[in-house]
Amino acid sequence: MATTDLKARVNDALENGSLAGALGRFNEAYVASRARAYEGIDFEALRDQLVGLKGRAAAHLDELAEQFEEKATQAGATVFRTSDPAEVKQYLARLCKENGVKRIAKSKSMATEEMHLNAFLAEQGIEVAETDLGEWIVQLAGQRPSHMVMPAIHMSKEQVAGIFSREVKEELAADIPALVAVARRELRQKFLGADMGITGANVAVAETGTLVVVTNEGNARLVSTLPRIQVAVVGVEKLVERFADVGPILKALPRSATGQLLTSYVSMFTGPSPGADGQPKELHVILLDHRRTHMARDPRFAQALRCIRCASCVNVCPVYRLLGGHVFGGVYTGGIGAILATWFEAIKSSKDIQSLCIQCGACIPVCPTRIDIPEMIVELRRRLAKEEGHPFIQKAALRMVNDRRIFHGLLRAASKAQKPFAKKGMIRHLPFFFSGMTEHRSLPAIADVPFRDRFEGIAQPAGAKDKAAFYAGCLVDFAYPGIGESVVKVLNAAGVEVTFPQAQTCCGAPARYAGAFDVAARNAKDNITALEDPEVRWVVSACPTCTVALRHEFAATLEAEGHADWAERAEAMASKVRDFSSLVKELADAGRLTVEAAKGLEAVTYHDSCHLKRKLHAHEPPRQLLGAAGFELKEMKDSDSCCGMGGSYSLKFPEISAPILARKLENIRATGAETVAMDCPGCMLQIGGGLDLAGSTARTRHVADLIADKVRPARPAGGK
Amino acid sequence: MFETFRAKAQAVSAEVHRAPAGAQALDLVLAVLGREGVGDAPGERAVWCGGPILGSLLDRDALVRRFPGLSFEVTRERAAESRVGITEFEWGLAATGTIAQDATDPRLRLASMLPEVHVALFPTSRLLPDLDALLERVDPTRARYLACVTGPSRTADIERVLTIGVHGPKKLVIIAVDGEFGAA
Ligand code: SF4
Ligand code: SF4
Repeated sequence: MATTDLKARVNDALENGSLAGALGRFNEAYVASRARAYEGIDFEALRDQLVGLKGRAAAHLDELAEQFEEKATQAGATVFRTSDPAEVKQYLARLCKENGVKRIAKSKSMATEEMHLNAFLAEQGIEVAETDLGEWIVQLAGQRPSHMVMPAIHMSKEQVAGIFSREVKEELAADIPALVAVARRELRQKFLGADMGITGANVAVAETGTLVVVTNEGNARLVSTLPRIQVAVVGVEKLVERFADVGPILKALPRSATGQLLTSYVSMFTGPSPGADGQPKELHVILLDHRRTHMARDPRFAQALRCIRCASCVNVCPVYRLLGGHVFGGVYTGGIGAILATWFEAIKSSKDIQSLCIQCGACIPVCPTRIDIPEMIVELRRRLAKEEGHPFIQKAALRMVNDRRIFHGLLRAASKAQKPFAKKGMIRHLPFFFSGMTEHRSLPAIADVPFRDRFEGIAQPAGAKDKAAFYAGCLVDFAYPGIGESVVKVLNAAGVEVTFPQAQTCCGAPARYAGAFDVAARNAKDNITALEDPEVRWVVSACPTCTVALRHEFAATLEAEGHADWAERAEAMASKVRDFSSLVKELADAGRLTVEAAKGLEAVTYHDSCHLKRKLHAHEPPRQLLGAAGFELKEMKDSDSCCGMGGSYSLKFPEISAPILARKLENIRATGAETVAMDCPGCMLQIGGGLDLAGSTARTRHVADLIADKVRPARPAGGK
Repeated sequence: MFETFRAKAQAVSAEVHRAPAGAQALDLVLAVLGREGVGDAPGERAVWCGGPILGSLLDRDALVRRFPGLSFEVTRERAAESRVGITEFEWGLAATGTIAQDATDPRLRLASMLPEVHVALFPTSRLLPDLDALLERVDPTRARYLACVTGPSRTADIERVLTIGVHGPKKLVIIAVDGEFGAA
């Protein structure tokens, strides 16, 4: 479970209303401006280019660093390469001493934050001024950046006015242009008075020894021009092979970072240029490895080296928008910050940060370098679990799902125990097992008769053309068995015989997302054994999380646990796995089933579950089925934003889950629709429970339930 | 292509002019000097980095008589006291409304960064489609400080409110000049 310290920080952040307000508004504005900036650009083609060039560079960091050193040295720079942040500090201390440097003006260099360089230099009696406005604000406030692109995004203008007033010793109003003017005046003196300028770099080109720096304020231009010594501290992951590689990076970075076509200033320096007085000056380039080459050798994490620090993953993250970067992040913020902290700080320091990821995948489609953050976070959890084991309570819960008979026995027992508490199929208080889950939403009552017992009573068509194995998953089986009945009905209508292998068990997703791969692997094996059947053409599930597990995760889990033979069997099964809506759409398109439009149906709004949308890419099929069945679709705002369920996440962090759910409920309310359609029983549990507790009359329905009585076997007549 | 350039540059708050030849471009520059009230007091001065576009047209003494406070000697002190800086750029990039130059000569950077108003001329004939085209053309080992400028200096670091002119110029006046000029 989360440490109490983390819980306290989470609660502080949540109580800070201005933070959530500012980040929430930002998130919405960002999505729109990013979309505008990418108009007319083939984002997927650009991603291909970036994955290619950054991937190649990450695989050859040492060679590229060497080549860069050679070229930059030829151009007159002094290059210092090191893996050890402490050596960077020593190098700079010596350089300052030898040159009588008393004052440094700095433009953004994230690598220097990994080693807390400013504090170190201050100890040496050197005055360091951050000159990026946001960085300066957080420096004066004694904080660290809460965002990779907008370091002071967590602060209000009133707070900034307070900080500036203290600095300049006059009372300043919270007027943004006036505050910016004060910063201009104050920092101008810092630029002009500095003996040394330190920048970072956004790209380092091996072929030419060039550093590329982008800013909007122009501070890097001044920092690299005015002081008599120029230093750049650069992480080796900024290296690329060719000068031409700068093009695609600068096409993506400003668009993804701030929705701009290009930043105001792009400076590319190759060796030192003459100083402001026209005299030759020194350029020192410090290339910092700091475990980046280790990372490059780790097949599961090497992808993180492709990161160009655009922060789009952070900007769309529902957890970041609630907590901000001081809680959800380290030196680098958000989910990617958790990953980088593992390498640049230590696996343990990232433990708290990574636990905050709800695994919604919202960050995946926006990343210009196609980094899969949630996947790396699961891998991190796996390693943490291996290293430290699971906390006791979690272990007990996991042991329960590990054995199907115990697990299902418990669920049956719970069905009886809940009786006195169940009302209208919803539970508002629970005696045990799920207690603690009901504060922000009601829970569905556990069914009297689970689907596995109901299935026996459903006669299957004789002589059907195809067979499909139905994988129910725990929620359909024990909480929403009616969905299972609808699924069977629809498939039967298409002339498909449905089987229900009784030995199926939990899909292992809860264990996997908690990092308990051993449990997830056991679940996977049990399910493969149950579902492997050469006569079965499809394995179908009405739960996207289960579908993703069966289709994409079994093999990966088994592989990671070293069961190559089982992984092969998982792969073989994976190709048969379908989510309900996609399969039904496929059958309808193949002319095996007709969805008949009924008249006068109610309006529905559709919620895209994270897994269905982003892992199975099934955005259209459910909408098409609903449309064909005659429902009027009223799209809600952000239909694909997470509902806050995230499996056991809502148990672990109910305080984060609740506001994410609240936002979803508000978007639903705004449509006026009384029916919220979805494909995921987990989302139904979360959203349905939230609606119930809020006293809303709107109800959640699975697409299978909504269309079950509107499907007919296709008539062969007409040839269609 | 020029209209794309103009639209993109204006979209990022640059003022864009096009002059049929150097003489008209010179008039435009002088109009800016007048408009900005250039005079001989700290903060009101101007620095001018001559280049191939206007170089031969400049009667420096006459100009300095007309605008006391104008200097063709660009030093960091002068630039820091100037309201207007005038430089010549080498390329325009249509797709983003960007101007680009080899700014290895530090005077170019001083004159374009320290004053509040930056007047930048570039030959229309060297308008390129985009940054990729520039990267193809430039050898960074020769152009050792390659500078691309897209609009004036800006920040959104306080409450994400866009504010123009934080460290660099608050105004960027771009004058595209038609005709052929020698290499910079
Ligand atoms: S998966 Fe969701 S919660 Fe996790 S980092 Fe990505 S956007 Fe944030
Ligand atoms: S992980 Fe991707 S989206 Fe996030 S900062 Fe890095 S490049 Fe940008």
